[in-house]
Amino acid sequence: MYDSGKIIPGLIIFVLFITFPIWYNHGDAGAVPQPELPKNVKECVLPITEMRSDHMQLLNEWRDEVLRTGDRSFDVKIGDKMYQKSLMNTCMQCHTSKKKFCDKCHTYASVKPYCWDCHLAPVE
Amino acid sequence: MDKKRRDFLKIAGVTTLAGLGGTTVVDRLVSGSSPVQARAAQEVDPAEHGAGEQTAASGHGEEVVKSGKRLGMVVDLRKFRKHPELLEKVKHVCHAEHNVPDFPNKKDVVKWIWPTGFENAFPEHSSYHLDEDSEDNKVPVFCNHCDSPPCVKACPTRATFKNKDGIVAMDYHRCIGCRFCMAACPYGMRSFNWRDPRAGLDMNNINRRFPTRMRGVVEKCNFCAERVGLGEQPKCVEVCGETKAMIFGNLNDPKSEIRKVLKENFTIQRKPSAGTHPSVFYIV
Repeated sequence: MYDSGKIIPGLIIFVLFITFPIWYNHGDAGAVPQPELPKNVKECVLPITEMRSDHMQLLNEWRDEVLRTGDRSFDVKIGDKMYQKSLMNTCMQCHTSKKKFCDKCHTYASVKPYCWDCHLAPVE
Repeated sequence: MDKKRRDFLKIAGVTTLAGLGGTTVVDRLVSGSSPVQARAAQEVDPAEHGAGEQTAASGHGEEVVKSGKRLGMVVDLRKFRKHPELLEKVKHVCHAEHNVPDFPNKKDVVKWIWPTGFENAFPEHSSYHLDEDSEDNKVPVFCNHCDSPPCVKACPTRATFKNKDGIVAMDYHRCIGCRFCMAACPYGMRSFNWRDPRAGLDMNNINRRFPTRMRGVVEKCNFCAERVGLGEQPKCVEVCGETKAMIFGNLNDPKSEIRKVLKENFTIQRKPSAGTHPSVFYIV
């Protein structure tokens, strides 16, 4: 190989450069987000682990049932009370702060759900 | 191999004839009937279809028992003439309930229900000299929630659709803002959000139980689907209250109040010739 003295160090520098984010953070994912949970309520619609992983699917199902199927019944059970399927009128009544709840994880995971383009976040 | 042009043309001709004729012979053998019979059988369907359309077209008081709901409204213009302040009130209350923005620029205007002149609302009703009552008074217009809605046919994403109650509803999550529905609606009852609607709203004084829209979607009256679904009356009907200027109910239920009103009064629809079968009726 011609110019191996330049090419090999060049390649090494290149690889180091593009893997910079990996070795600079050396496997540290940063501080885990701590969304603020409602204080006076202990239960949610589903167990907390399921809510963590599947709340987006749940919201989509609610949306389709309410809007397209027209099923607006109060069939969501939280504790011993029944609620309607609604982001604004059910979820955000307990989770009263979008900034301290939704945004905490969404910012960390760099996801930008378009819910709030139309739906109204609680006043804070 | 020695092939002459004459032979080639003969073979090609026979093969083409066999190809064209063969399929019809095979078709006839498969269906087991002559072409005449087959045509006769086909003609039964359109005849039935046409009869169905005719019964649907006669929207006024015909005893056609239909399954399912078809929500509709009767607007009594006599009552609106008696209570002239009601029209603006209805518009204001509807727009406040549904967070409809208020833009001064005519090109940006978004509206769900509004007053318009008689001749604009009913362009097909020609008159040499319009009577004074119709001339001087405005007519409230809003989505007709048609039984055969052309907007629903035009929508490429099914963002606008007919729900189980017969309401022509909008799913703003799906709307891509192509405005085909606006072109399809013969009544011009749809508005496009050219600008961010929140810029035209007083965000401190807004109905927090109903969402706003976003820029780039089409919106219109939803017959208060969110209230009707919970067993309430539409907001405009509630505001009219005891004046009974607006009557709401199921057009497919022969015992409903709206059917009684339709039976007792002469009503007109907007642009009946468009063939959309509007569910909103006007008592002039």
